[in-house]
Amino acid sequence: MTSADLSVILPEIVLAVYAMVALLVTVYTVKDDGAVIVLRLTTGVLFLTAVWIGLHHSDTRIAFDGMFVDDGFSRYAKVTILLSAAAVLLMSERYMVRRDLLRFEYPVLIVLAVIGMMVMVSAGDLMALYMGLELQSLALYVVASLRRDSVKSTEAGLKYYVLGALSSGLLLYGASLTYGFAGTTAFSGIIQTAVSGEVSLGLLFGLVFLISGLAFKVSAAPFHMWTPDVYEGSPTPVTAFFGTAPKVAAMALFARVAHDAFGNATVEWGQIVSLLAVASVFLGSIAAIAQTNIKRLMAYSSIAHMGYALIGLASGTVFGVQAMLVYMAIYVTMNVGTFAFILTMSRDGQPVTDIKSLNNLSEREPVKALAMLILLFSLAGVPPLVGFFGKYYVLDAAVQADMAWLAVAGVIASVIGAFYYLRIVYYMYFGAETEPLDKIQTPILTGMLVASAGAMVIGVINLFGIEGIAAVAAASLVQ
Amino acid sequence: MANLLSIVTFLPAVAALILALFLRGDDADARRNAKWVALAATVLTFLLSIFIYTGFDPENTGFQFVEERPWILGFTYKMGVDGISVLFVLLTTFLMPITIAACWTVEHRVKEYMIAFLLLETLMLGVFCALDLVLFYLFFEAGLIPMFLIIGIWGGANRIYASFKFFLYTFLGSVLMLVAMIAMASDAGTTDIPTMLTHSFGSESFNVLGVHVVGGLQTMLWLAFFASFAVKMPMWPVHTWLPDAHVQAPTAGSVVLAAILLKMGGYGFLRFSLPMFPVASDLLAPMVLWLSAIAIVYTSLVALVQTDMKKLIAYSSVAHMGYVTAGIFSANQQGLDGAIFQMISHGFISGALFLCVGVIYDRMHTREIAAYGGLVNRMPAYALIFLLFTMANVGLPGTSGFVGEFLTLMGMFQANTWVAAVATSGVILSAAYALWLYRRVVFGDLIKESLKSISDMNIRERAIFAPLVVMTILLGVYPSLVIDITGPSVAALLSDYQTAVLDAAPAVHVAAEH
Repeated sequence: MTSADLSVILPEIVLAVYAMVALLVTVYTVKDDGAVIVLRLTTGVLFLTAVWIGLHHSDTRIAFDGMFVDDGFSRYAKVTILLSAAAVLLMSERYMVRRDLLRFEYPVLIVLAVIGMMVMVSAGDLMALYMGLELQSLALYVVASLRRDSVKSTEAGLKYYVLGALSSGLLLYGASLTYGFAGTTAFSGIIQTAVSGEVSLGLLFGLVFLISGLAFKVSAAPFHMWTPDVYEGSPTPVTAFFGTAPKVAAMALFARVAHDAFGNATVEWGQIVSLLAVASVFLGSIAAIAQTNIKRLMAYSSIAHMGYALIGLASGTVFGVQAMLVYMAIYVTMNVGTFAFILTMSRDGQPVTDIKSLNNLSEREPVKALAMLILLFSLAGVPPLVGFFGKYYVLDAAVQADMAWLAVAGVIASVIGAFYYLRIVYYMYFGAETEPLDKIQTPILTGMLVASAGAMVIGVINLFGIEGIAAVAAASLVQ
Repeated sequence: MANLLSIVTFLPAVAALILALFLRGDDADARRNAKWVALAATVLTFLLSIFIYTGFDPENTGFQFVEERPWILGFTYKMGVDGISVLFVLLTTFLMPITIAACWTVEHRVKEYMIAFLLLETLMLGVFCALDLVLFYLFFEAGLIPMFLIIGIWGGANRIYASFKFFLYTFLGSVLMLVAMIAMASDAGTTDIPTMLTHSFGSESFNVLGVHVVGGLQTMLWLAFFASFAVKMPMWPVHTWLPDAHVQAPTAGSVVLAAILLKMGGYGFLRFSLPMFPVASDLLAPMVLWLSAIAIVYTSLVALVQTDMKKLIAYSSVAHMGYVTAGIFSANQQGLDGAIFQMISHGFISGALFLCVGVIYDRMHTREIAAYGGLVNRMPAYALIFLLFTMANVGLPGTSGFVGEFLTLMGMFQANTWVAAVATSGVILSAAYALWLYRRVVFGDLIKESLKSISDMNIRERAIFAPLVVMTILLGVYPSLVIDITGPSVAALLSDYQTAVLDAAPAVHVAAEH
């Protein structure tokens, strides 16, 4: 272990030290009374770390003999993860304070999860991969059941834990098979064994198990079962977190394993990923139709969106990775806005999740309703909103890789999916007057909502330049 | 003015933004201001668009007023018009002030209503001006959002069903086109429409999933575009969303839908299907011709039995669009000129007919034909105007309806005599349903108690119809106004088309025989 290695993982170290210091100081002094301060401070720290990593330009650096990789790809994913985590923390404060949910452990756990994700996206070895994944998951199991007095929240935590453990098991099994047949856990070693001839059967089995484990984490069908329940049961700010940063991390990890470790077997995993993608887009679109709970609906929506991101990945090209990265950034922005909206939904101080309660919102709160309308059409992928460009990218990647059938499946599913987004618009704009929701004036939530919706419109001009950044990031992953 | 097209296109959107940001409150003053701002913006847009007309050189068959800026992902923001599209731009800017004036009596969420129409105008103009494939798709699809809201918020009793059906039906058609566009972009290496018009897409037959596709890539692309434009047009048998949408939409929504939105399908055929996929168009033209002939006869028959005025006119629109598709795929000068003429003329006539329905709907709040009768006794001016547009709809010589139908039928006759024969019977049927509608609504004794106090059209309503009356008659007696502009561009398109078809003919025929 040299100082050069340490300097590569400096951001992770800083965050880890911060988490431990915050935990110790608070637990011995103010406890929950200081929760608000810790939360705000954590938001700032996450944001500054994002800026630090984002402005830090360097070539690909490798630490600990290839265990940890710091390249353009990981930096792109880390900035997205950190920014979305900061945004979600900022949005949680008021909701949690009002419902007496805010514990000082919450921001600390989020930071720990974020460190796990940062390790995941930088993993260059199956060991590092598993460590990051477990650090993330363990922190997330706890936040899912943050609402200890609620049966649903506890159930969500338990369900997430059991199924998460199962997926970790699958992943470990795949990792051990891979190790057995490749003789190494380093991605750079695994890729060598694949290049010297066709992929052996054992390695193929390892790959399949690894992908199944990862599919659990990105909640791609048919490994999606936990998503709706966990989304529904968790407190809404936690759901917002589940819908953003972990998805980016898992997706980036997926790309990393696929390209860094099995980059010479794109045909093999391309088939599996295509199947996962098609199953996800259709399941997410069809199953969401029957949902009346907006959090469950967003869970299915996220399954469908992961399917689209996987379409990009399935193409197995640099452009496919770039498309996936652009898609994830757009997806996270839309989700932050949508959950900011969901967080404002309450009646008599109690959170409401029934989409029928949105009846006639457009007359009472036109700005909020319009911003949500823009986000919903963007989620549905209707031009000219930025969500359309995300879809265009992944479809383009599929067509360029001679997988036009995948693109056709994707667009047909998007029409089915449009229906349930339109249904929310229907309640907001065409619905009859019912008992109104509380009119909460929260500058942060409204600001997030409007900013995210505004980004969906203004981004049409140049997508805020993420196209070029994603291209560089993708190029650094796929050699 | 170098950016004339962009200015004309985005002026309504700017007005919409101003309304959204600066107009507060929902009292009578605010509502009046919203209407005036919208009217002023649309009138100004029309006045500016006149410069496009005066500066346009019909003899130049290339694109004019071209603007180009780089955009994301290798797309360009490129605008321009040629002889085929310029008249649609003018049609849109001409009809929008009329549309805004026609919704003067709306009192429910006026500001949003005006914003929706202004945005819609920008998007419609964008469709006709866009010279980049993705830019075109952007405008083409985005129009669904305001129209969905217009039907859903301000529509009739069954508006929810109609708005969802409208959105999902057209969305499904368009997404297949999107995949085709991506395939085209990767085949041609660009999304620039003028470049693509000169690019020849592969027409070598191949097998897909064991099915032998004659015409190869072109056929696949053609079918995907057909899915979108046929729904938009709409062609039989994918027209079923249109009667629902028309019946439920507010009057102004119906006018825009019939007069402009439907034309996007025809414009798409002219801009993409025919020039870019000539081999496939040639192969599949008989199918389109027969579908059009069926549409003309079938929807005319359906129109005969309608009891709802708007539904009757909606079916009549489908029938008239049948002439357009048949004219386009006749692929000769008369057919294409006629198709464009028919679209322009139908824009005035169908818009006016929906406005006619709107006039009595505003008074009686019903569209049932049976609720009316004998209106001529109390509404002589209305009876006259309604008569004029009924006759124009039938295709009476001297009105613009005649020229379009005559030219398309002539084109059809050269391409396929039997189709022309079937389609001509539609002219008789259209006279039957249109005149019968007129008789039931306007003529007879005024015996219904509820109609005894109905008032004739006021100044505003007369002013709305005046420009439409002028255009219908002017184009009827002097069709060169349109034909002179479209002619050279159409001729250029056709000569390219025929060259491409002849080049590919031997190979395709060999493939078809296998």
